[in-house]
Order: sequence, then structure tokens, then C-alpha cells
Amino acid sequence: MAAMPARRKAAAARAVPAVPAAGPAPRIEVRKTYKLYIGGAFPRTESGRSYLVSAADGTPVANACRASRKDLRDAVRAARKAFPGWADRTAMNRGQILYRVAELMEGRRDQFVTEVAQAEGVPADRARIVVDRAIDRWVWYAGWADKIAQVLGSSNPVAADYFNFTIPEPTGVVGIVAPETSSLLGLVSRLAPPLVAGNAVVVVTSETRPLPAITLTEVLATSDVPGGVVNVITGLKKELAPVMAAHDDVDAIDVWGVDEAARREIEIAAADNVKRIVRRPAGATDARFDWLDDRAAERPEWIAAYLELKTVWHPIGV
Amino acid sequence: MPDVTSDSTKLRPWAGDRAPASWGLGDGQAIPWEYAPAPESRDIVTVRDRYGLFINGREVDASDGAVFATINPATEEKLADVARATPADVDRAVRAAGRAQKRSWGSLPGRERAKYLFRIARILQERSREFAVLETMDSGKPIKESRDVDVPLAAAHFWYYAGWADKLEYAFPGRVARPLGVAAQVIPWNFPLLMLSWKIAPALAAGNTVVLKPASTTPLSALLFADVCRQADLPPGVVNIVPGPAEIGMHLVSSPNVQKVAFTGSTGVGKLIHRAIAGTDKAITLELGGKAANIVFEDAALDQAVEGIVNGIYFNQGEVCCAGSRLLAQESIVEPLVEKLKDRLATIRVGDPLDKNTDVGAINSRQQLDKITELVAAGVAEGADLYQPPCDLPDRGFFFRPTLFTNVAQSHRIAKEEIFGPVLSVLTFRTPEEAVEKANNTPYGLSAGVWTEKGSRILSMVRRLRAGVVWANTFNRFDPTSPFGGYKESGFGREGGMHGLHAYVRLEDR
Repeated sequence: MAAMPARRKAAAARAVPAVPAAGPAPRIEVRKTYKLYIGGAFPRTESGRSYLVSAADGTPVANACRASRKDLRDAVRAARKAFPGWADRTAMNRGQILYRVAELMEGRRDQFVTEVAQAEGVPADRARIVVDRAIDRWVWYAGWADKIAQVLGSSNPVAADYFNFTIPEPTGVVGIVAPETSSLLGLVSRLAPPLVAGNAVVVVTSETRPLPAITLTEVLATSDVPGGVVNVITGLKKELAPVMAAHDDVDAIDVWGVDEAARREIEIAAADNVKRIVRRPAGATDARFDWLDDRAAERPEWIAAYLELKTVWHPIGV
Repeated sequence: MPDVTSDSTKLRPWAGDRAPASWGLGDGQAIPWEYAPAPESRDIVTVRDRYGLFINGREVDASDGAVFATINPATEEKLADVARATPADVDRAVRAAGRAQKRSWGSLPGRERAKYLFRIARILQERSREFAVLETMDSGKPIKESRDVDVPLAAAHFWYYAGWADKLEYAFPGRVARPLGVAAQVIPWNFPLLMLSWKIAPALAAGNTVVLKPASTTPLSALLFADVCRQADLPPGVVNIVPGPAEIGMHLVSSPNVQKVAFTGSTGVGKLIHRAIAGTDKAITLELGGKAANIVFEDAALDQAVEGIVNGIYFNQGEVCCAGSRLLAQESIVEPLVEKLKDRLATIRVGDPLDKNTDVGAINSRQQLDKITELVAAGVAEGADLYQPPCDLPDRGFFFRPTLFTNVAQSHRIAKEEIFGPVLSVLTFRTPEEAVEKANNTPYGLSAGVWTEKGSRILSMVRRLRAGVVWANTFNRFDPTSPFGGYKESGFGREGGMHGLHAYVRLEDR
């Protein structure tokens, strides 16, 4: 069922109930509670806190969870637990599962269009382009699952009698501070690369536009992505990003969505356990980045950022 | 039988040693031979009294005229005074590198850059013995290793990356590889010339220029390399060398005018450097510490494994980030394996690094010797069993006996901390799962070793070990075509191979 456009929904919420006319009573909409997504389940924040999310035009839309540091730690624990199983899937299997995310998003296209239009304040036809591209982006990255090792791996002609080869392996648990402006396409573009590489991920969503990300978790939950491989929390980035950066069990952090003024502090914390820090390309800004530009947003380098390279030696002899 | 009681034992450290029981000579029998000294000639090297900084193609004094002494760790004699760079000198070097990158090197066609790098490789080959002797004198490593490993590999590194300089488009399909600009490079004292080559060769091949800070205990081979740059007619400012203390390294990486930072050294300093560049757009690669597990299964070829274990931990006095410092032996074979190891240790020759027969030379510095001594004392205090083969150490210089600890628990400091010395800790395991768990039970992840005759077991261990380099039925092999670098807190980025280029380029759309 396509959701009622939230602007109408919010307006309806404020409207004084009309005197019932003759005929059947109007149906009261069943609204959705936007929750976190941790370990394959949809808990509310343990803190019991929420914050009001408004549409781009300022209309209040929903109460999103204002996740706590405990929620974030729970998400990291879930990711760590899920990581080995996801990393051990065959590349083809991972590719099929991520392709299935695209299949299921296609089925919910209208819902995403509505939510993106509302969150980002763009007309529906523009939102439709964005959603379609987000779906296509999953397809593009899913196809990399069983190819990236052939592009990044190598057989190395050492100057002695050894067989020597290099293979990529996933880094581990990846924290993503999601793009603030592009609530769905930006998120998908940053989420798909570490996933296709075989990492488990914890996402802190766009703070001001979190709802499309939560709807995305409903797709992930039903698309064979094992529970815990993607964990999504909403809340205040200034509360959550420093905890993610300082967490010893997070192996890499994407600081794309970190406010430029806070980036130094976040990166200092991340250095404590030699986290791999993944940044925006020099000169790119969150607000102006063109996520519709495939050349810019579909990059195997972004997959490589979450891969370690393992070199193996064995003597050749009898 | 040789006279084992004469005063000449100092020159013949092996005279007087007792043969291992397994040699069948009877308990306490003296080893029935001795080694005559076989010193490599120092004549090939002219060590000057004083060395300057190398900035913009010229050797210059430090701006405040300050110098520091570098000594021979095998004799504790001063080798030379070396100019100690000031922050102003570093800034000058960075400016020179920036100018050279923009005006000459960065716009030079790749095929011309390649020829300079080939020249450097050739000159290193031509002057290889000179470099080997100087490296051994300044660092304490055995001449056998500087001559057969460090210098040939350094030359090979320049050779390998020379060929990439005009082929970058093939390394990054679909992308255009642009140089980053000026690379700030800080290198350690354990492989001074080799680490220089790992840093400079890929940087230059990709069109960057460099400012390199060698370690303060081993600056001489880098300063001799400056002479190679001159001989190669490398344009001024492409390579700049600024010896100095750690603060100078921090000043260098913090410079707003460097675009790339590359560091090899301890994990602690690596974190400081990573913090120092936080919030900037600098590219960074870190090659940090390790605590490698060398895993020996019961079906391994034990004699070969013993050679690999010895090479893994006593190569370069164990002052190797990827040293196999934790031996994980399957329980069923731990006794014969340790017995063979002890026999083998008795034949290791410790002493004058310039002697061509020496296996283990001098520890690099007093400070490092103190650290090793402290950690070995901690191993004893925590209850591990110490074994050191009987051998005389020279009267002067920083020497440490090859050391083997058995009955080591994972909680012992000697099993957790990087010792960076000739100290092996033996732990045991029963199942492959236990071996993997113990091997991975460390914040480090640089290297690992696996010894078994079973191919499928090698591959299953390879898959599960969280380490950047896995040596199977070998250890401590290096090659310019072979990417090297760590997982976890051993750092990130790779040096060597096509992957080593990636650290020095910015990829743009075609």
C-alpha cells in the first residue's frame, strides 16, 4: 500500500474531526512508528528519547528515535557478530542478495518517492529520478561482488621460486555517518560499497532527513541481507559520531556526513585504533555533491576503501 | 681439537661453546671447530666527519648549525656528525619539493621519470657494496643481510617502479592517475635504505616529490642516497632528506604544504601522526608494528620449519615489524620442535656485523637494547622459561643473545607486546581453530606464518588469519612486486606491487 503523502498526513493529524456525514465513517490511517534497525530487529531506542522530524517545508512528520550511545554500541556488537558470516558468503551470493535489495525497493518505489520528496523538498518527478537511481545503484554495486577481487587482486611475479598472490578481504565493521543532504541516494551510494565488499555496517542516518533510511531498513530486513549485517540508527550526529569514531570495535569509518567543523575531532578519535578513515573526495561538499552523476558516485575505489589486501607466499618446489 | 681456552676467544666467539647433546659428542663437549674472522673491508666507504641536509639538490647545514652524532652500534664509536634539521629547514625542503613537483617533476613525461628511476636503480647496484658496508656500520645489521637483502631489494624497488612511471594508465583502468603533490615520508631504523626505497620509488614514479626524514640513529645511507640522486642528475628538489629527531618528523607531516604522508614505524607513533593530520585532506599510509604468529602443524617438515622460525625471528636481530615473534606449535610436536630449535640456536653466530659469518649483529641502539632487556626480564618475572644458547658477546656495542621462551601464556607481555628484538615466545595449540584464535588474538595484523604439508589446510589458514602477509612454508620474504602492509592496528595501505602505486595517486575520471 502506498503511504499517504505525509504532508497530508500531518495536516490530517491537526485537523479538527469533521462531523460525520451520512455513509461509512472515514478510515483512520495506521501510521508507522520509525524505529531503529539493530541485529535484524526493529527496537526503539533504549533511551526512550525521540526527536521531531519535519518535512523540508517545516511540517512536522514523525518522531524519530534519538538513539543513545548504548544503542550505537549494541549496533556495533550486532555488526561484529554478523561480520564473519557475511564475509564468508560466496561473492556471487552476496551479489544476489544485494540485487534483491534493488528488486524489493522497486516494489516500494512509490513509498520511497513520497518520502524522499517530503524529506528533501523536491517535486515528485524529481524524487522519482532519485529513487530510480538509488535502485539502479544497488544493481551496479551488486554486480561488483564477484568482480572486485579480480580487479584488485593480483598474482605477483617475485624474483624467486615462490607462488605469490594478493587477494582483497573485507575490513570488518564499518561505521557510516551518512550524507546529510541526500537522504536515500546518498545513503545507498555510501552503504553499498562496504556491503558488497563483505563488511558489516552501522549507519548513523541523515539527522534531519532520517525517514527514507528507516524505510530502507524495512527493505533490507526482507531481502535476505542477514540480520546484523546492516544496522541503522537515527539521532543527533554530534552525540553519535564521536562514539562511533572512538569505538574500538569499529574498523573503518566513513565521515562523509560529518559536519566539516567537527571532522578533525572525529578523525582524532578514530586514530585511536588505527581506523581506516574514508572521506569525501577533496573539494566535494555534502550539500552540492551530485549523486545522480554516475561517474562520480559509482566508484570501485569506494569498495576498495573497505578492503584489506592479503599477500600470500608459498615456495615452488617438490 | 682447537685450543678453546686461549685468549683469542674474543675474536672467536664460538670457540668454547658447548655442542648440543644431539650432535652425539657427549655432554659438555666443546664445538670442534672455530670460525676465523672474516671481516668485510671498510675501505669501500669513506665515512665523512660531517654530513649536511639534502635540500633542493644541495647539501646544506642546518639553519642553526646544530648537529647530532650517529654511532656504530657494534662498537659505540661515533661515525659522523649529521646536521639536525630545524622546522625552518623542513619548511624549506617542503617548499623546494613543491616547486620541483610543479615545475619539473610533475610535468615530466612518465617515460622520462622512468629513466631517472632506472638510473637510480643502476647506481645502487653499482655502489652496492659501499651501501652495504655503510648500512651495516650505521645500523648494526649483519653485512650478510645488508649485502644480500637490503641493498639488492632497494635497487630492485627502484627498478620495479621505474617501469610503472610511464604505464600508470594500465594500473588504474578507467581512471587517470594524478600525482598527489609533495609526500612527507618518515622511515625507521631497522631497514634504513630499503625503507627509503619503498617510500621514494613509488612516490617518484607517480610524479610526486618527497621530503624524507630518516631515523635519527641511521641517517647515513639516506645521505649517501643523496649522492646517488646527484649522480643521476635528478632535478633539484625532487628528493629532499632532512635528518632529525621525532619532532622534526611531526613537523614534516603536519606541514600544510604536503599532500601525502607515509610512515613506517611503531603503532604508537603512527597514531600520533594519524591524529596530526586529522581534519585535513592529506592522503596517508601507515606501516606499523606487528606480533606475528608463526604456526607449525604436526605434519610440517620440521627441519625446514626450524629454518623458517629462525629466519622469522632472528633475521635482522628480530628488529623487523613482521618478525615471527610468536611461535605457535601444535602440542604433539612442541618438544621435538623446541629441541631442534635449541640445537639450531647453538649454531647462530652473534657478533661483529661486518663479519661475513655473522648471523645476528648489533641491536640498533642503547635505547632499543634496554627495551629488549626489560621485556625479557618481564618474561622471566611472569614465569616463562628462558633459553639462551651459550655464546660470548663482544665487550663493546649493543648485543643481545638469541632468546627463546617456552611455557608462554597469551597474557604474558612477551606474547602481547612487540619486542623488536631476537626474542621468540613459544605457545602451543591443539586444533587449527585454536591456532587461528591465538594468532588473531592481538591488535596487530601485519604478518603470519603457516607450516604444514597439507595444501588445503594452508589455504584455510590463509583465509582465516587476519594479517596482510601470510608466508606459507616460508617466512620473511620480500619482493618489490609483492604488496606488503597490515590489517588492524598494523596500519593500512600497501607498499610494493601495483597496489603500492595507489598510495601515491589521485584518481580522476577519464
